[in-house]
Amino acid sequence: MPVADFEVVLGLEVHAQLLTRTKIFCGCSTAFGAEPNSQVCPICLGMPGVLPALNAQVVEWAVKTGLALGCAVQPVSVFSRKNYFYPDLPKGYQISQFELPICLGGGLTITVDGQEKLIRLTRIHMEEDAGKNLHELAADGGSGVDLNRAGVPLLEIVSEPDLRSADEAVEYLKALRAILLALGVNDGNLEEGSFRCDANVSVMRRGATEYGTRAEIKNMNSFRFLKQAVDFEVRRQVALVEAGEPVVQETRLYDPVRGETRSMRSKEEAHDYRYFPEPDLPPVRVDEALLARVRASLPELPRARAARYQQVLGLPAQDAGVLVGDGALADFFDAALAARGGGAEAARKVANWTIGELSRLMNETGLPPPAWKLTPAGLAEVLALLDAGTVSGAGAKALVEELFRAGGDPGALVKSRGLAQVSDQGAIEAAVDAVLAASPADLERHRSGKKDLTGFFVGQVMKALKGQGNPGVVNALLKKKLGGLPPGEGR
Amino acid sequence: MSAGELTGLSLQAASARLAAGQVSSRQLTEACLARVAATDGRVGAFLTVTGERALAAADASDARRASGRASGPLDGIPVAVKDLFLTRGVATTAGSRILEGFIPPYDGTAVARLQAAGAVLLGKLNLDEFAMGSSNEHSAYKPCHNPWDLSRTPGGSSGGSAAALAARQCFGTLGTDTGGSIRLPASFCGVVGLKPTYGRVSRYGVIAFASSLDQPGPLGRTTWDVAALLSAIAGPDPHDPTCAARPADDYLSALENGARGLRIGVPREWFGGGLQPEVEARVREALATYQRLGATLVEISLPHSRYGIGAYYLIATAEASANLARYDGVRFGLRAPGVRGLKELYAESREQGFGAEPKRRIMLGTYALSAGYYQADYLRAQQVRTLIRRDFDAAFTRCDVVAGPVAPWPAFKLGEKTGDPLQMYLADIFTITCNLAALPGLSVPCGLAGGLPVGLQLVGRPFDEATLLTAARALERELGPPPAPTALEAKA
Ligand SMILES: [Zn+2]
Repeated sequence: MPVADFEVVLGLEVHAQLLTRTKIFCGCSTAFGAEPNSQVCPICLGMPGVLPALNAQVVEWAVKTGLALGCAVQPVSVFSRKNYFYPDLPKGYQISQFELPICLGGGLTITVDGQEKLIRLTRIHMEEDAGKNLHELAADGGSGVDLNRAGVPLLEIVSEPDLRSADEAVEYLKALRAILLALGVNDGNLEEGSFRCDANVSVMRRGATEYGTRAEIKNMNSFRFLKQAVDFEVRRQVALVEAGEPVVQETRLYDPVRGETRSMRSKEEAHDYRYFPEPDLPPVRVDEALLARVRASLPELPRARAARYQQVLGLPAQDAGVLVGDGALADFFDAALAARGGGAEAARKVANWTIGELSRLMNETGLPPPAWKLTPAGLAEVLALLDAGTVSGAGAKALVEELFRAGGDPGALVKSRGLAQVSDQGAIEAAVDAVLAASPADLERHRSGKKDLTGFFVGQVMKALKGQGNPGVVNALLKKKLGGLPPGEGR
Repeated sequence: MSAGELTGLSLQAASARLAAGQVSSRQLTEACLARVAATDGRVGAFLTVTGERALAAADASDARRASGRASGPLDGIPVAVKDLFLTRGVATTAGSRILEGFIPPYDGTAVARLQAAGAVLLGKLNLDEFAMGSSNEHSAYKPCHNPWDLSRTPGGSSGGSAAALAARQCFGTLGTDTGGSIRLPASFCGVVGLKPTYGRVSRYGVIAFASSLDQPGPLGRTTWDVAALLSAIAGPDPHDPTCAARPADDYLSALENGARGLRIGVPREWFGGGLQPEVEARVREALATYQRLGATLVEISLPHSRYGIGAYYLIATAEASANLARYDGVRFGLRAPGVRGLKELYAESREQGFGAEPKRRIMLGTYALSAGYYQADYLRAQQVRTLIRRDFDAAFTRCDVVAGPVAPWPAFKLGEKTGDPLQMYLADIFTITCNLAALPGLSVPCGLAGGLPVGLQLVGRPFDEATLLTAARALERELGPPPAPTALEAKA
């Protein structure tokens, strides 16, 4: 396989929309999914005479992200105009940062095949998003432009070309996403494009010291597509080099249907963006007071959190990884564990229920954390009921589901939904007796040792108890009643 | 008073008569509208006249006054603004075909503040297209004529703003000044024009030409009128991040303080060269007048002034090339009909919509910002700016204001310089440094040369508009009110 003779050199440029309530330079809402052009004003429409007024929260969150990623936050940074014509760009230029971005350097650690690796960052800068061209609108055969997204704040996070495989790229993107989620600055939604990436891909023969010519790949809106696109592009470039043909510096678009990248524009067609400092905005100043305030507000970051889950709580690495991959799940877990109390055993149970049930319900319903009706205290209470034998495992699952969708008081729900588990010896013994009396033939087959029918009898008794029998008590009583002949002993 | 007498009043005098109940805003407004109707066919100061709206605003002002709620010296005063200021519901063209039919959805800050002060907006004034020019001849709609001599230019780019005042069509106007566009027409038309410190008046709602140089400001027939207008429009604005947080001063209270003790810097570099002798004579007489009034003259040097024009045309065109990118035929203004495809839509709309001067400047600016040129051109020009500002900073350790000519000559003939853009650019040679250094500058009439007005330019420390106005007032008081132009009456 020739690909093995080559080293892949890969850097990612990530664009993350900030979850600020309003746009970066005007007061319009940033909410996703509104009627086209309903969240616009003269400023984000690029009307004559308008001026941008910088949203202070954007600066604060850029600083927060920079601190979380170990960047050097710049005391003075400058907005620039990036000039090009496109219908989704109302002013004919994008306000971005160029020569003096708000953050320089930094990096984040990824784990691939058990190996830790630091991926360095080049820079982070602030900019405004563009609108969207809507070609399907075509009522009159023309195209439309939706400018709701124009002016939504973006952070562009640029890595050094430190990644060496598609898998590393995916890990990097996942780790970065988890950090932005933990910071609460981005929703991590690749599909809707609020968290998107471009990849700069090149290949070089193993042992070579000079990077090959790179291509920029766009339009990869899932982790899977990122992997596919990079893998395809690497194969394509290796084939070119092997055939003695040059790799062209160009921008390529990933086509998820065909699973391939296609040339979008070459270097010759590349824009000269004619950057120059934005005269409408004074330089952005970040003083010590702001730095201190933001530093104090930094939450525990995913890697530190995962380490704590493993070392202090004894969670398996896999579980710790799943929890910190989505800050909302980890937050829920922390709160539920605090409510439940207890050590490693309790932590394992709370983690299992958070990962198993909560994350399943989250994925099934697509509901964001604020819409969950299940509270961490609610889950803790359900687990207490389970441990006390008040409800069965099945009952607990039903409870969690109902609480997630509709909320309520777990104790009251146990009663109103008839979920209480029967642990009363007398009631269970009566049920066991009734079952055994009703099936003399099966009892005989079991006792003769011909067939172990314990499972069958447990099922019958549970059925008689409407599934609410305490399994421990049912098993113990059955064992006693089936006679001193433990099943299987006759074999 | 007759309508003719009413329109000849200063804003101050009209305001006093309103306060005394001797005249109503409706009477003033009707008199102005009549004057516009009678004279503007020959002057061409107005691109849009909003008669009905003006009368409604005048009646509202009279009602406020009747109930004792008149809001200050501008309440009920008919004014007009350069057609670069956005006016909600009233066509705003920037003097360009590309904005023909554009009706803004909002008022700019300065216009909103004038209206909040009760001023009555008569309409929108002629200008060079996108404020690019020094003679108003680059208006896409019609030329504007100097009321002192209708065969001459009123200066530009705020030509209509100065001509309307000289023609007695209204009592105060707003213009914008990027390289001299308020001071030059004020000088040519014999009125007072002030370019405030960059950041003194909000640029929000003023169509941008060169963002780091543009500054809106007032024009009036007297310094008092200009001071009253500035008081209304100056001050912080959250919509303009380049607008200073510093509150506006009281520009009227110190107006009569005189020139005694004032140190006037006279820059060596602003005299000689292309300066017309008769213009120089008026300026030197004005300086002598100041000496008589107790001021002292200090010779100063602004050695980097000579790089001003070069730096200006790089920075202004670079910024303009980006500022004018939004006029693309997609969302507002002119869209070329019958085009196929996006590139053609852009190219044709801009080809048909922009006149020669914006096209020339967009191309100059695009080159200045292009890879390989940016470092050598644009960054160098910014360095020149810093040097020019340092020249002024040094001068202001020895003087309180800098004085000199506004332009090398009085108003020139229409058509005289249109064939030679470089000659036209020289009109701004004395005014441009003030924009590059972000300082306030003012033109006040200082006599006539060959029967045409000459302006004295005063440049002040940052945010020291008050000293400029006080100094200008001292000269104005000494020279007496300038005569009214007679060209309109002779042919009327
Ligand atoms: Zn907006």
